[in-house]
Amino acid sequence: MRVVHYLNQFFAGIGGEEAAGAPPEVRDGAQGPGRLLQQLLGPEAQVTRTLVCGDNYAAENLEQLTAWALDRVREAEADLFVAGPCFEAGRYGVATGALCAAVQQQLGIPAVTGMAEENPGVDLYRKDLYIIDSGTNVTAMREAVSRMASLALRLLAGEEVGPPSEAGYHPRGLIRDAFVEETAAQRLVRMVYAKATGAKYESELRGAVFPKVPAPPPVIDLSRAKVAIVTDGGVVPKGNPDRIQGNAAQNWGAYSIAGIDDLRAEDYEITHGGYDKRYVEEDPDRMVPVDVMRELERQGVVGKVHDQFISTSGLANPIANSRRLGREIAKKLKEDGVDAVILVSA
Amino acid sequence: MAQITSVMPVAKMVGANRVIQGNGIVSPVGAPDLPPEEEKKLRERILRQALEALQREADANA
Repeated sequence: MRVVHYLNQFFAGIGGEEAAGAPPEVRDGAQGPGRLLQQLLGPEAQVTRTLVCGDNYAAENLEQLTAWALDRVREAEADLFVAGPCFEAGRYGVATGALCAAVQQQLGIPAVTGMAEENPGVDLYRKDLYIIDSGTNVTAMREAVSRMASLALRLLAGEEVGPPSEAGYHPRGLIRDAFVEETAAQRLVRMVYAKATGAKYESELRGAVFPKVPAPPPVIDLSRAKVAIVTDGGVVPKGNPDRIQGNAAQNWGAYSIAGIDDLRAEDYEITHGGYDKRYVEEDPDRMVPVDVMRELERQGVVGKVHDQFISTSGLANPIANSRRLGREIAKKLKEDGVDAVILVSA
Repeated sequence: MAQITSVMPVAKMVGANRVIQGNGIVSPVGAPDLPPEEEKKLRERILRQALEALQREADANA
């Protein structure tokens, strides 16, 4: 069995942030953590090649890197692709996720990576991939690689991979049939009893997990701050120029309000399938309060109202997608020098 | 960021830090049943609350 392993510049020993622009290169055999991987995979599998790329290069050229890596893995006639582990390193995690997904999909061989729960790569690729929970601690490298190796060996052998809690990967949201001894009522009572007595139990249904987002510090001087209006109520210029869907929106739009003191009904429409739109259609300021914000700007309560408002439709959107939209909007507002945001939600 | 919403439980559930009660899902910063001048005053009240929240430590508002 032939294995190709992917590492970033740091774990390949090229350097830290100063070397993050390093372009992709191929090395023979196992490198860095790949040696540990080789040892744990045993003699049946050979790490024949290591692909190395700097995190910045990968983040900025992900498509080219992916195409390049697919060619290298194909050439190597690999049976397995392993990437990382990446721990909390975000750019590294996003790159390994993309590479593993592409290899799996286009070359039809198993791929395994490892990341900490907080790594953005987990949310992006957990549905497509087995991502071992590496934890955040880099000194636990051996444990992370060992879990990756045993999962990889199971995949190579075509064996059943157990549930996330057993195999140590991030839950993928897969539901499988299984035979159990107890009826649902019996299991339920057992869980309730465990919960009430403070004993350990594992729910059969996992709710969505919302990681705590640290609150930004207060705005020190609002009279000098640039404030932007953002809405998930789907207010867009007539004709919906960015074609934002009213349900599970994939994108958002930024619309100029430069020189506008009041949003007029005839200039806007609502793309949102989840509330009675008549009242906001009648007066868009009921969702995007430009009129009052302009007055507060004139009174000096706020320094400046940002010249664009941002809009998307917050309806029936998967959490991962909503997070992406939020990240994109935050990035754009930061680039525009916005200090604070009023988010109006339908 | 301060969020104005009429569905507080959702905002709290996802961990929003500065949340202000809006005046209904169909018009979070409006009131179609009020005369225009009154409605605008209500809009200003809600926005001023949101602006105040931006100037406070988030925990004080939680």
